[in-house]
Amino acid sequence: MGQTIVFIKDTGLEGDRTKDFYAAFLNLLRENSLEEKAQVVRVADIGIYNQGLVVKFPEKDVTYVKVGEEDLKEVVAKTVKEGKVIDRLLFKEEPKQLRIVLRNCGEIDPENIDEYIAKDGYRALAKVLKDYKPADVIEELKKSGLRGRGGAGFPTWLKWKLTHETQDTQKYMICNADEGDPGAYMDRGVLEGDPHSVLEGLIIAGYTIGASQGYFYVRAEYPLAVERVEKALKQAYDYGFLGKNILGSNFSFDIDIRLGAGAFVCGEETALIASIEGRRGTPRPRPPYPSVKGLWDKPTAINNVETLANIAPIILKGGDWYSSIGTEKSKGTKVFALTGKVKNSGLVEVPMGITLREIVFDIGGGMLSDKGIKAIQTGGPSGGVIPKEYLDTPVDYENLQKLGSIMGSGGMIVMDEDDCMVDIAKFYLGFCVDESCGKCVPCRIGGYQMLSVLNKITESQGQIEDLDKLKRIALAMQKASLCALGQTAANPVISTIRYFEEEYRDHIVNKKCRSHKCKHLLNYNVIQDRCKRCRVCVINCPVNAISGDKEKGFFVDPKTCVRCGKCFEVCKFNAIAKE
Amino acid sequence: MTEEKKNMQQEIASLVEKWKDKEGNLIMILHELQNYFGYVPRAAALELSRALQTPLARIYEVITFYNFFKLEPPGKHIISLCLGTACYLKGAPVLLNEIKTLLNIEEGQTTKDGLFQLDVVRCLGCCGLAPVIKIDEKVYGKVQKNQVMGILSEYSEHQKEG
Repeated sequence: MGQTIVFIKDTGLEGDRTKDFYAAFLNLLRENSLEEKAQVVRVADIGIYNQGLVVKFPEKDVTYVKVGEEDLKEVVAKTVKEGKVIDRLLFKEEPKQLRIVLRNCGEIDPENIDEYIAKDGYRALAKVLKDYKPADVIEELKKSGLRGRGGAGFPTWLKWKLTHETQDTQKYMICNADEGDPGAYMDRGVLEGDPHSVLEGLIIAGYTIGASQGYFYVRAEYPLAVERVEKALKQAYDYGFLGKNILGSNFSFDIDIRLGAGAFVCGEETALIASIEGRRGTPRPRPPYPSVKGLWDKPTAINNVETLANIAPIILKGGDWYSSIGTEKSKGTKVFALTGKVKNSGLVEVPMGITLREIVFDIGGGMLSDKGIKAIQTGGPSGGVIPKEYLDTPVDYENLQKLGSIMGSGGMIVMDEDDCMVDIAKFYLGFCVDESCGKCVPCRIGGYQMLSVLNKITESQGQIEDLDKLKRIALAMQKASLCALGQTAANPVISTIRYFEEEYRDHIVNKKCRSHKCKHLLNYNVIQDRCKRCRVCVINCPVNAISGDKEKGFFVDPKTCVRCGKCFEVCKFNAIAKE
Repeated sequence: MTEEKKNMQQEIASLVEKWKDKEGNLIMILHELQNYFGYVPRAAALELSRALQTPLARIYEVITFYNFFKLEPPGKHIISLCLGTACYLKGAPVLLNEIKTLLNIEEGQTTKDGLFQLDVVRCLGCCGLAPVIKIDEKVYGKVQKNQVMGILSEYSEHQKEG
């Protein structure tokens, strides 16, 4: 008889006691001579939080929560020994996550097409080729309400319809997998975990718009994703899902891989097209939109990885099913890369309309430290911060926009009281200035000027007029930049000013950074009561700013001090104050 | 030198042969060149310009636009320090300073002995492990400042033994 596998994990708030429970569990098994029958595995994350000891029998799909040491005996005696389920301990809460895009991630071997097929893979493609005209696919997508997951949220059906309706002998279909937002890795997760789901969506898209050639534009910095896509393509050719007369139909479709080369602006569709054409990835004015004049001036549709991974389930289960999930204007689910100061960082897929609080506290397990939550940043360098007062906002495209942020591609970064909002704004703006392609003036020069103003503010040279100056330049960038990179680059600055103007004023007027992040605004001093006169700080100070003697005590001269923080680090007695 | 040059010419000729029928092939050829040499040497770019009958300026305009392409030979071990948002919040700037101080180099530079090259990258896509340092293909997650020395010394010791 085979072994039962048991996962255990202590999810209680008072420190992780998984180890103790593990030992207790093994003891009980031994006492009952069951050690051959069950294999207990301590897992790092079991997907349930704040529920005490969680015991999961994955093969039976039975999960117990809040298992006490007494209960453990019963679990061993009943469930392990007799296979009975203890109703009292069963985990009942509705799962907050809903996996459509990530449906197969972690469930199947991504390098084996047979496993994907066993999970209904390529059935949507077969259905489309057999029973659907392109217009039927578009109709189904319209019903589903799916919107582009790359950031802007343009209705997918409309994009496909426009490209479908443009008459031309040659059209192209592109999958944008050049994920470049710092702090976001949804596309990487899907490409590495389930490349065929994206591929199937891409082939269906190609059929719908009438393209014969597709491109996977993948970020070169994701070598494993590139490798898995390459393998997936080869397998799809071998099985006849790609190539001439796919599955016996009249439809022929080829896909090539093109590698990105580390340019954030290439996420913009016209810049991406330039890059596939082998040129510098700079955007051009639209219209004409790619649906009319795209790659090599031919009609082209470009979709994001996550959008394409949604296609096959919509075809199989119907647009009505998909539109039953989510809010009025934002349908379906969204994958977020939850990171920052949160206990459980990782990819989460949730139905639209879930609140930020549910994502951070129920799914993410709450804050990493006892520092309170300050804000959540969504949308990466094009997005904004959402302060904690709005945690109960349901997440959808419109709501996030109203709050001055955007959905973006799905980065969600949790910040606590230690994070300085001016510093964050500077970080994001610095990214966009670095990544600006330099083609248009508002973005190239506006971004640089805003950054120098922010630098001034964090270096204690700020003046109160600077706030107006920031707002003015931001407006010019929003109105006059050529592409979305420039138009949105100022968003992090604008949204931090909107919600945390006080903090900016503190930097400018009082020359204080309450999060102790901006080092030019810090003052170091010796706390005389704690100082043991060991002179370690004096020896380590690179500029000899600390003087004094054992009698009078030591003092930091703020004029000489370069705020390097060395004294703070080396002091064994926490006798250096940083304020 | 001539042997080397011959090899380069052969390599480039075979790459151009492989990609010549594909439109917009320049970036893909550059990727393969960089894979082969570790960077794009000027001599190779010149050779490529001849083989593709494309002006050298066109090739350089592309190489310099994209961060991924390098014009200088890389160090033996490449340290990629992630400064993505999650890593930034969780203390990557402190690690960056520590590495700079220990190796006495700035970002983008290589140590004098050619052993380490320090690159700052925007996101390695493993934000759950922040802050992250990648050395060659090995990823170090949740790195603390006091671990940096130990991690780096793993590589200098390899060097001594090797």
